[in-house]
Amino acid sequence: MENLDWLIQGFEQAATPMNLLYAVIGVLLGTAVGVLPGIGPAMTVALLLPVTYNVSPSAAFIMFAGIFYGGMYGGSTTSILLNTPGESSSVITAIEGNKMAKAGRAAQALATAAIGSFIAGTIGTALLAAFAPAISRFAVSLGAPSYLAIMLFALVAVTAVLGSSKLRGAISLFLGLAIGVVGIDFLTGQPRATFGIPLLSDGIDIVIIAVAIFAVGEALWVAAHLRRRPADVIPVGRPWMGKSDWQRSWKPWLRGTAYGFPFGALPAGGAELPTFLSYITEKRLSKHKEEFGKGAIEGVAGPEAANNASAAGTLVPMLSLGLPTNATAAVMLTAFVSYGIQPGPTLFEKEPLLIWTLIASLFIGNLLLLLLNLPLAPLWAKLLRTPRPYLYAGILFFACLGALAVNVQPLDLALLLVFGLLGLMMRRFGLPVLPLIIGVILGPRIERQLRQSLQLGGGDWGSLFTEPVAIVVYVLMVILLLMPLVLKLMHRSEETLLIVEDDKDQREKAAQS
Amino acid sequence: MIVIGYSADAFGRAALEHGIAEAKLRGTTLLVINSTSGEAYVDPRFARSDEVHDVERHLQECGVEFELIQPVGVDTAVELLKAMDRDDAELLVIGIRHRSPVGKLLLGSVSQHLLLECPKPILAVKPDER
Repeated sequence: MENLDWLIQGFEQAATPMNLLYAVIGVLLGTAVGVLPGIGPAMTVALLLPVTYNVSPSAAFIMFAGIFYGGMYGGSTTSILLNTPGESSSVITAIEGNKMAKAGRAAQALATAAIGSFIAGTIGTALLAAFAPAISRFAVSLGAPSYLAIMLFALVAVTAVLGSSKLRGAISLFLGLAIGVVGIDFLTGQPRATFGIPLLSDGIDIVIIAVAIFAVGEALWVAAHLRRRPADVIPVGRPWMGKSDWQRSWKPWLRGTAYGFPFGALPAGGAELPTFLSYITEKRLSKHKEEFGKGAIEGVAGPEAANNASAAGTLVPMLSLGLPTNATAAVMLTAFVSYGIQPGPTLFEKEPLLIWTLIASLFIGNLLLLLLNLPLAPLWAKLLRTPRPYLYAGILFFACLGALAVNVQPLDLALLLVFGLLGLMMRRFGLPVLPLIIGVILGPRIERQLRQSLQLGGGDWGSLFTEPVAIVVYVLMVILLLMPLVLKLMHRSEETLLIVEDDKDQREKAAQS
Repeated sequence: MIVIGYSADAFGRAALEHGIAEAKLRGTTLLVINSTSGEAYVDPRFARSDEVHDVERHLQECGVEFELIQPVGVDTAVELLKAMDRDDAELLVIGIRHRSPVGKLLLGSVSQHLLLECPKPILAVKPDER
């Protein structure tokens, strides 16, 4: 019951008027950036990092939590009304959601997405509060070799499993690892990849890389594709649901949550798989099979719940192990570091109040989102009329301000531009951004764990395989890498046929737009 | 030829109706321009395909010879002025709306720009107050 006491303390901390204000700001900002395609919660948190230097850590994290969940809500609004999924996790929502909206049921689709997200987010946060402390207690007992194995697993999973192309993921990952190498070697004191520039010997600040890749890269990309035929937005009133909608929605919500949370909590992360599994399940179990493909409410309720539950799940490895598995978690981890808080298994012991305030504010943020999102949906849809030049001028301004504020060094602005161009190139050639950011964050920590393990083992590589947890993780990693091959060799089951079918559907959609 | 600056709202429809009436009166052709800068994700004044079909059907029913174009990624005022530069263009029809001083400062006013810059006559109309 110790956890419950902490949670109550967290609520006390989070419910002060000032912190509630930050929660509201975070939630509004998060929904706004979620609605606008291309601007995600990760970019927003990255842009706000330098702004929040003067704010207490708990207030900053309350705001970030609001942005994190708000981005999810906003993303579903866009995919339903515009059929432009902002991120890969809301692709599935767009399939049925947009069909529903076209059939004049936009209000119901938005309502089931919002209420489903609230339920999944609340259950997911409760599970997070229940499991994360236990996992972190277990993780503290792990030695360097196990920790190294788990971090490597996260790297491999994020690179190879998520995203469309393993090669592109690997290129992005190694770019990130290379950037992470810059600076003075912590063991020998030799400068590495500093190109003789003394300012680089401290390494490149992750905030600058995150802001450059997410904000500057995206702004340049949009600038290169500015003038486009506007999308057809579907007009919407206030979201609401009828009795039959409730009856058809509540089971998919719960099933979606059950899919989403475990997948999010794995160090592999990712919401694509659970949302897709949820969609298939609902399609199979539904009493209204004929409606699927034409706008079935189950096809919105399930995947949207899975999406949010997995978002809550990704906070489990982040808080208990210090492992980020999605972009927003990665940037939030950077925020921990910039506040001088060492992320990792000891987080729950060293900063219990901060962590429990964060968890409590997730509950509060979720509730605020439901209260704000239902009546404000028409307003959010109006946000899409903002001319992009105004929007991205503001983003670039904040990006430069933020990059300069980190160390007040003009060199950082040059780095911002260089990495911004890298971000543009990555978008141009379809490289995923997530492996790069995870590589930058985890690279140096993996190196530290590796050398620590090797030092303890007297330089013997065999010492990496001494702990049972490490061996299990390595075996899982091999299975993860070999599984697609094995599946390919086996004859196609019904499910893989479905995957192909829906992939094709999505590609056609992409070709049309 | 009469040029109509069309937007998919009451102001655009008012301009369309007055343009049609004027074209019938003068026995000339119509050029309907519905343009967008393409800078926002959504532009409600840019006619969707079903709205375009409605307008086209309406024009056909009225029996005037017409052309409807939807340029993307252009400045609306510049596009209309360019059309008015053609020798056969005789009249421009636009719908005008209220603009607050702040709105004018931030976003400018297409109507004002056209009224001041266009060398040929302009018919500025408003939708019926009902």
